[in-house]
Amino acid sequence: MSRHKLLSSRINATVAALAILFLYLPIVTLVVLSFNDNDLTTIWTTVSVKWYLAVLQNGDILRATKNSLMVACAATFFATCMATLAALGMVRISRGPRVLLEGLLGLPLLVPEIVTAVALLILFVLIGFPLGLTSVTVAHTVFCIPFAYYPIKSRLAALDQSLLEAASDLYASPRRRFFRVELPLLSSGICAGALLAFISSLGDFVITYFVAGPGATTLPIYIFSLIRLGVTPEVNALSAIFLFASIVMISIAFVLLQSISEQKKPKGAA
Amino acid sequence: MNEQRLRNLTLLSPAVLFLAAFILAPLLLMLYVSVLERGPFGGVVWGSHTGIAYQKLLYERDLLGRLSFNSDYIAIFARSCRLAAMTTLITFLIALPTALYMSTLSRKQAAWILFLVTIPFWTNLLVRNFAWILILRGGGVLDTFMQWTGWVTQPLDILYTPLATGIGLTYSFLPFMILPIYVALERIDPSVIEAAFDLGANRLRVLQRVVLPLAMPGIIGGAILVFVPCLGAYVSPELLGGGKSLMIGNLVQAQFGASRNWPFGAALGIVLVLALLLVIAMAALANQHKKRVSR
Repeated sequence: MSRHKLLSSRINATVAALAILFLYLPIVTLVVLSFNDNDLTTIWTTVSVKWYLAVLQNGDILRATKNSLMVACAATFFATCMATLAALGMVRISRGPRVLLEGLLGLPLLVPEIVTAVALLILFVLIGFPLGLTSVTVAHTVFCIPFAYYPIKSRLAALDQSLLEAASDLYASPRRRFFRVELPLLSSGICAGALLAFISSLGDFVITYFVAGPGATTLPIYIFSLIRLGVTPEVNALSAIFLFASIVMISIAFVLLQSISEQKKPKGAA
Repeated sequence: MNEQRLRNLTLLSPAVLFLAAFILAPLLLMLYVSVLERGPFGGVVWGSHTGIAYQKLLYERDLLGRLSFNSDYIAIFARSCRLAAMTTLITFLIALPTALYMSTLSRKQAAWILFLVTIPFWTNLLVRNFAWILILRGGGVLDTFMQWTGWVTQPLDILYTPLATGIGLTYSFLPFMILPIYVALERIDPSVIEAAFDLGANRLRVLQRVVLPLAMPGIIGGAILVFVPCLGAYVSPELLGGGKSLMIGNLVQAQFGASRNWPFGAALGIVLVLALLLVIAMAALANQHKKRVSR
């Protein structure tokens, strides 16, 4: 199964190893320092979990986490519903309108975050939409839609049409066919999309920073204000927890996406 | 047929209407705000049209009301473009060998590396940039390490320089370069490469004449994916760059924060989008041209 074996070279392997090292060095540094007992954050004394305890006892952090989770759950739900419907609605659409529609669905990823943030702020202020958790949720739903849409679309493309035809042949009503056959088959794509949307909502800083207004502090906003005040070991511990949560979620999403590409393979081989 | 169309319309309408209302409309509104007059206490004066926000990009009005050329904003644009271009180049130089290496592995092994490369991208952007503060700051991890090895005795003072911003940007967007190049390399038929070797080409020549041209769509795609977010970056320059390496993103933010000049902020955003559209159009043209040549 080894592919471009002829291209293998020691230089490429070395650069690849260094690239992985470069990608993980800061993450590892952060995690290691978060267990440091010392206040000075970079001078190592002994291992301690006291900063983790401090994070768990900090009321502001818990409130910010609650806000983040509420926004992420709501935005993920709305975005995944709309993205699933859109992916289903995109079948058998002629090329011209399809390009336009796909462009609109991908637009939130194409426009720089800072521009989306500013544009949404202007809109919210103009229509008198109060800045708070609701405006943050709306803003997050915007950029969560493409994150949810692409995995669902690719799952739909890999779907074995004969299963749907079989369901119809066996006298399933369109409604029954959708809920009993199509939706369960799509579920891995929908879950992966929802997870990607959830992670990006949870981590978003720039757009939230503009449309949050006072009182709607999410976790990234809180971390930003802490960093602005100076580097404290508490930020290390908080960041490490955040890091760990993201890694767990992305691992699950990756496994789901992996199963989609495996389902695709036999079809490609046939 | 009509029923099918109605079904598609119903299914698509929630997402389409939502995005029309909350991304398309805001962008158009921003375009409109950029030609409005600035309000005395922030905000804008509706209905009062002026091109003053765009004029401000190049000229400033002094106390006597005379216009004089002002290169401050041009300098920030130039710096942003330079940083974005440098980042794109450096990520390419790291990503190409990495992707080449991945393409020599089995699918399963490559998927693992792909996973390792993707994880940092999905972790929080703030957290990732914060980690670099810990490494780069005076007396930080890098300083401690360098002094321990005895290579340097003075603090390196990298934090709060454009170099620190560049490191942060490279770190943030490296996965965006590796993924599309790898995908493009993976699609190359191994027998084409084999044929080139059989015909007596050496490794460098195969790379130059066969692999790189075939991987070009991936390289161009990666370049766009890195350059676009870099040009509009806010977090890296804000946290790592300090006051002296402001980028467009920070300038835009300032107009909606302390400076309270919405039309100017909107104009900056429009110019940013136009600059990116130009780059994407150029990349698409380059891709098209390449296709025609290779045919």
